Formats: sequence, C-alpha cells, structure tokens
Amino acid sequence: MAGMLDLTIADARDAMRKGDLAPTEFVGAYIKAVETARPLNAYVTETPDRAMDAAKGSEARLAKGEGGALEGIPLGIKDLFCTEGVLSTAGSHILDGFEPTYESTVSGNLLAAGAAMLGKCNMDEFAMGSANMTSYYGPVENPWRALDAPDKKLVPGGSSGGSAAAVAARAALGATGTDTGGSIRQPAAFTGLVGMKPTYGRCSRWGVIAFASSLDQAGPLTRTVRDTAIMLGAMAGHDSKDSTSVDLPVPDYEAALGGDVRNLKIGVPKEYRLDGMPAEIETLWQLGIAWLKDAGAQIVDISLPHTKYALPAYYIVAPAEASSNLARYDGVRFGLRVDGDTLQEMYENTRAEGFGDEVKRRVLIGTYVLSAGYYDAYYLQAQKVRTRIADDFRKAWEKVDAVLTPTAPSAAFAQGEKMDDPIAMYLNDIFTVPASMAGLPAISVPAGLSAQGLPLGLHLIGKPFDEETVLHIANVLEQAAGFDAEPSFLAG
Amino acid sequence: MASLMKGRTGDWEIVIGLEIHAQVTADAKLFSGASTAFGAEPNTQVSLVDAAMPGMLPVVNERSIEQAVRTGLALNAEVRLHSVFARKNYFYPDLPQGYQISQYEEPIIGEGEIVIDLPDGDSKPVGIERLHLEQDAGKSLHDQHPSQSYIDLNRSGVTLMEIVSKPDMRSADEAAAYIEKIRSILRYIGACDGNMQEGSMRADVNVSVRRPGEALGTRCEIKNVNSIRFVRQAIDHEAARQIEIIEDGGEIDQETRLYDPDRGETRSMRTKEDAHDYRYFPDPDLLPVDLEQSFVDRLKQTLPELPDQKKARFIDDYGLSPYDASVLVAERETAEFYETVATGRDPKLAANWVMSELFGRLNKADIAIADSPVSAEALGGLIDLIADDTISGRIAKDVFNEMVETGKDAAAIVEEKGLKQITDTGAIEGIIDTIIAENPDNVAQYQGGNTKVVGWFVGQVMKASQGKANPKLVNELLRKKLDA
Repeated sequence: MAGMLDLTIADARDAMRKGDLAPTEFVGAYIKAVETARPLNAYVTETPDRAMDAAKGSEARLAKGEGGALEGIPLGIKDLFCTEGVLSTAGSHILDGFEPTYESTVSGNLLAAGAAMLGKCNMDEFAMGSANMTSYYGPVENPWRALDAPDKKLVPGGSSGGSAAAVAARAALGATGTDTGGSIRQPAAFTGLVGMKPTYGRCSRWGVIAFASSLDQAGPLTRTVRDTAIMLGAMAGHDSKDSTSVDLPVPDYEAALGGDVRNLKIGVPKEYRLDGMPAEIETLWQLGIAWLKDAGAQIVDISLPHTKYALPAYYIVAPAEASSNLARYDGVRFGLRVDGDTLQEMYENTRAEGFGDEVKRRVLIGTYVLSAGYYDAYYLQAQKVRTRIADDFRKAWEKVDAVLTPTAPSAAFAQGEKMDDPIAMYLNDIFTVPASMAGLPAISVPAGLSAQGLPLGLHLIGKPFDEETVLHIANVLEQAAGFDAEPSFLAG
Repeated sequence: MASLMKGRTGDWEIVIGLEIHAQVTADAKLFSGASTAFGAEPNTQVSLVDAAMPGMLPVVNERSIEQAVRTGLALNAEVRLHSVFARKNYFYPDLPQGYQISQYEEPIIGEGEIVIDLPDGDSKPVGIERLHLEQDAGKSLHDQHPSQSYIDLNRSGVTLMEIVSKPDMRSADEAAAYIEKIRSILRYIGACDGNMQEGSMRADVNVSVRRPGEALGTRCEIKNVNSIRFVRQAIDHEAARQIEIIEDGGEIDQETRLYDPDRGETRSMRTKEDAHDYRYFPDPDLLPVDLEQSFVDRLKQTLPELPDQKKARFIDDYGLSPYDASVLVAERETAEFYETVATGRDPKLAANWVMSELFGRLNKADIAIADSPVSAEALGGLIDLIADDTISGRIAKDVFNEMVETGKDAAAIVEEKGLKQITDTGAIEGIIDTIIAENPDNVAQYQGGNTKVVGWFVGQVMKASQGKANPKLVNELLRKKLDA
C-alpha cells in the first residue's frame, strides 16, 4: 500500500495506461490516506464519493484506450478554487455554507483531464498568510518534524499549506495552490515539494476567489518536477472569461525535461544575500550554483537593484487590491450574515465576525493606502516600484536565461511562532515576492535538509511564459540534489 | 441669450452643468453576457458576474466600447485610444461587488462640443467635458416588506455612458435643450433609447448662481432627475433657493441634493463632509482599453447623418427656417417622415403639414410618429391634390381629418365625397352672379369704396360651393364682376 502512495504522477499515469494499476484501487488508497492524514488538518472538506466516481470514469475511459493527461490521478484542490456543489471557503468564516454553482476554470481543466478530487485543501484565510495559521478551520500541521524538537508541530508554510501538507504526507498525489507572493513556493520549500507559480496570465483566475488580482496565479504542488510539468500542462490555458489570461498555446512541458544545461546562463543576484540569513540557506544556494555549473551552465553574477523594495511595495499593492476584492463579502447574497438593527450594523457585524485578524489587518492597510491623500504616496509609488522591479528582470534577461535564489530565508518554523510579529511573518516571502511583482514564472525545488532535518528549497525564476526553461533547469537541480528524505508523518 | 434671474437685490446668472447617464442599447451588460431588457421579473437577468459571486471576473463587452466611441464621434469629441477602467469603492446592497467599475482618470472620450437649439430659434454651443463607461447598480426595493428591503440585480452591470458637460448652460431652457439634443444624437446613432421614464436616461444637475461677470459660485448637485420637466423645475427651484440664501447673507454649502417633484423642492442628501472617499484605483481584473485608430475610423463610417448635419441640409435644400428644421430633425423618424413627404413637393408646404397638422394630431393623441395613422406617402398624396388644385387647402384639412379617422388615402376620400375643387370658371361665375344679384346692398358698399366687403362675398361663394370652389378663382372672378 505505502508503495502505491509513493508513485509519482508520471509513474501512476503510465501504470494505469498500461493497465497495471486500476484507477479505482489507486484513488481508493488515497481516499484512505486522506482519512489517516486527518490529524494534519490538511483538508477542509473531503470528497471521497466524487473522487471514486471520477476514478470509475477514468477506469472506463482507460479501458477503451481513451482519456486525458490525468486519468485516475488523485488531487487536492486548494479551497480558494470554487468547485461546483462543494463547499468553497477560502479558509474563511465569511464563506460559511458557500457551495458554488460553478467550477473554476483550472479545477475544471484538471477534472476534464481525468483527475479525481480528493477534497478541498485548508489554507490561510483568503490566502493571506505564510504559515497556514490564519484559517478559520484551524492551522495545518507540517508532516515534517525537526530533529531537535520532534514533539513540536511545525507550520507547512502558506498560504497553500493544506495543499503542501497533503501532498508531502502522501494524502494527495498533487494539489493545486495559488501564489500571490509566494504561497505555492514557500510551502513547497517547507514540505520538501516542488511548487510552481507560472507566469501571470498562464492559468485562468476565473472561479478562483480573489486575493490580489494583479498577482494571483494558480499552480501545482507535486513531489517531482516532472509531475509539476504534467499537472501544469493540464491546468494552464487561455480563458476568454479572464481578461488577464494570455492567449498563448500551452507547450508540452514534460517534453522540456531532460538533457543538460550546457547552453544556459544562470543569474545569481547579489541582492538576495541577506544580513542575518541562516548560513545553511547560503550554503544550499552555493550548492545549487555548483550543481548547475557542474551540469554545464554558465553562472553569471547579476544585480536586481530594486529587490529590497519588492516586499514593502507588495504589502501595499496586495492589500490595496484585497481591500476592494473582499468588499463583496457583505452578508447580502451568500455566506455568513450577522444581523444588525441597521444595514450599517449588519455590514459591521458580518465582517467583524466573518473575517479573521490577518484579513482585517490587510483590508485596513489596503483601505488606507488607497485613501484620498495617501494614494499617491503609497499605492502609486508602489506601482512605480513594481515597474522598476519588472525592469530589473527585463535587463537581467539580456544576460541570463533564469535566476537562481533560495526559496525562503528559513526552514519551517513552529506553529505559533512569528504570530505576534506580522513583519517577521511577511519576511518569509522576501525571495518569492519579486517574481510575483514582475509576473514571472518561478519554481521551488527541494534541494536539501537543514541541520534540524527539515527540507529547504531552491528557487528558479524564468522569463515570461518560458516555463519550459524553468522546468528544464529545475529538473537538472532535482537530479543533482537527489532529495529523497521523507517527512515524519506519512499517510497510508 | 442672456437669461438672468431677478433677485431682491439685483440680477443673478444661473450656471448649469449636466451629467447625463445614458444606458447603452445592447443585448449584454458592460462586463457580462446577461440580458438587459427592461421590465423583466426581478433577478432574472443576472449573471454570476453581475451578482459578484466569488471568483467571478469582468470581461468587457466590445459592443459597449463601440457605442461609446460612436457617441464620442457624434459629440464631436476626442476619442482617447487608451482608456482605463477603475474601481469606485463603496458599500451598498445593490452594488454587489462593493465597487462600481467605471472610468476615472482615463475616460474613453475626452472633450467635445455640441450645438443646442433654443425655442427662439437661436442656437448655442455647449462643451462636453468627457464621456466615460461605467456599470449601473441594481435596485433596492423598499416597499415590498414592512421591515426589510429587497434587491433586484437586473440592472446591475448594465452599461452606462456618463456624459459630462461643461458648465456652459445659463437657464432651465438651455439645460432642457441640451438634454433634448443629447437624446436626439443618442437616438440617431442607436446608442441609447433615451427613455427617461424607464430610466435609460437620467441626469445629475449641477447648479450655481453668481452675479453676472463674477467668478463661479458654489455648486450643488441634484442627483438622478428623470425627466426634462423635472430638470427644469429642479433648476428653477434650486437657483431660487441659492439666491435667497445669498441675498439673506448666507453661503451655499457644496452638497448633493435630491429633487422632490411632489413638493417641488430640492432636499439635502449629503454634504461635502459626508462625501465618500471612493478610493479609485485601476481595476486589476481588466486590461486598459487600447483602440486602433482604424477601429475608430471604421466606426465613424457607421454613423448616420446627425441632427445638426441634417438640420443644415434641410435649411439649404428645403429652405426651411432654422427653428422648423431643428424641430423636424429632433427625431430621426420624424426627419425621415418629413423627407418622404417633401421629396418632389413644395418643401415648405410639406413642413407646414407635418409640423402643424400631423404633429398637432399626434401630440394630442400621444402617438409616436412611427405609429402615425397617416403615412408619409399618404400625406404626400394629400399635398399633391392641393398642389394640382384638385382640392383647396381648406378642404384638405377636412380630407386630412377623414384620413386620420378612416386610414383611407386622400384621393379616395375626395372622390368618394365629391370634394373635388370647382375650377370651372362658368360654374363659379354662376354662383357669383346669384350672390351679387341677391345682395345689392353689399355690392353698393363695395362700389362705394369699402373693398373689404369682398371678403364677405368670397365667404358666401365658398359657402354656396360647400368650400369646393377654388378660392383663387373665386377672388379673381369676384373682383372682375364687382369692378365691372
């Protein structure tokens, strides 16, 4: 049984196509694994019946020699994706009882490719968080434990923490995440997974509950680079229902894997070397550089001078958009309503009770930076910074094909840590936010363990819509790293 | 036209600017495919986007962009090839997104100018400040339940064009003429049906007063006035209110007011201090609208002849007065009707018949020109009978009444009722001879120098001929006989 759960998407797919593995048996094993993994709190809603129905459909199609790219592949879907007839909460109390009548384009694409949805994955409320501590449905536990404190529950990162924990613990073979400032890549690094945020516009945002519209992108969390390539291929594509979705053909990402990096130039930005960054992060970075060099890549020192402004600018742009995006949760049409004597009171009661502290904090920040008299100093200035950051990368692409950095400034930390210090929490995204601000594709690849035996990730940023090169290099890194450590908790 | 308002302490000038919200005629809303038909059951024309369900995204309706550009061209305004949709943030239950998608710093249409036609035949240019696209809100229904309000989202997301004038108007008459002109242009190009009763056109009226020649006074905005009559009343009431305050030594507070047509007054809705901070910012769900000049040029080709062009042509080609021409071109259908009547006929006679006889009838019965009981061809037929002396103008009015009632054509009625004009000199002379013979006193008066009495003779002859005698012939023959 455990063997079955260790299969990659690519292995399972091939075995099912050959008839060596029955989708119903395979999905059935995962449905059990979801149950065993309940202590992690990775799922808000489990959908075993749906998963089994999908597996039966896959079985019938495969028997006829038909089927899509993900027949019989059991996936977790982040609870930010609206799923038809299935509770969709965004990790928030304010969406109590909300069962959409529609399916998000991305989850719909995955289901159409034959995937079986195991359930809806827990997440930071409205995707705001880096530790999966802000969910109304409670924190998610990282299946990894530190060597020196094996009893301490660690965070899986966030906001796609449920997705990451589920895949790492073998309670899903892959999962969707969304990444606004690092919400796929940082949890991937914290749980020893591959996580990719594609180029902004590559995956449709239609049906994905919005946090910050100009930054939100869906992407996969999987155990290997190949699995990410397969899953991204099924998720991506132009969608006329999303004006910011880009009308470009989706390449065969899996075909981009393999071979060396002899003709590629990898940029190493000096601005990503932070004061007080743990030595093991720096060491891992140097290791990554060495691996790519050994594989034939040319390493180029580059400068991305506006990097240090990325995080502050992000924490203006994202809350500004969020303050407006979250205005629709007013108790009038769906979700939670807490009555009051007047309309104003009903609004206040509903939103006060429905939103958690972090969401309120960001709505307040966002409202403030858009207010008359502050707009120019904050929002407009942040947008200018954003343009500069994009320009930094544009210049870098004249010299290099991809940029290598660490994914996060630390390994996973304990639940409850940094909760009283939002700035310390926000610093988790210091390496991932610039690519988000520039809309670039980026991936985190598990590359090694910290001294405490916790996974660490390396981060590759690529040119717009050049996910292929990013995946290609990530695959080389993955092979060089040979990461095969396992978390303390495994389902099944 | 200087139009001043008299106060206790002297003359005042009223300064008016208008914001007209015009619902764009389209099958779909600005950012969703939902239908926009008026009068449907509540909440039956609402897409997931219009209800702002989580994860829903707006996609701009190209037809709305086209109509805005066409309108801009028709208003002689600058089409801005780059424009941006922005969010205007505020909470209200009939605003499901919690923001209205509008255009703020970068509207699709910039400055322009139209000419308004005033009742005295004068015309005057009025500047257009801008035109931008925005979503309409839904409707709150407060009369359905004793303690709760209901929301109808049918209108939510419908495309509105907000057309902002410059503060160029100086009287209620000018404001009314401006609205009429805008409505006329919108109807000509098919961008909006201009129906104020159904709410497809509404106006916000900005009013201030000042001493002639002085700087602009503080303005008040009267929101959502939904008929031209109310616009006139609201302006007059508001101007009088402001003048009274200033003359009493007070100051005008900048505020938003509502016009109450039942009481004939404007009431404060909110003051400047209560004004919302809308926190406008570019909508990140939408890309900027970038148009090609060729797209604009192509749309220009689709514009029909516009009211002002038509008016100029009517003056040139048909010799009409500016006022008559402006009345006839106000509605495209009327202008077409007139042209059909006038073609190949005496254009002034045609204008008289259309404007006095036909309009009189239609207005009295509240019938649209499209539903006229007398078609343009039929009216032309009647005028032909006048032109070739088959009937007199007087008889023609009777024939016209008959046409309105029976729907028959003029020739048939004339034939049926034997109304053909008597142009036979002998027959008319016979009647004249009889009347002269029977009225020697009147003949004597005439011959004594009272030539006015000829009118009495004409009347008698017409009466004796049951109106059928050709009046011109009657006149000629009478004078000849009486002078003999």
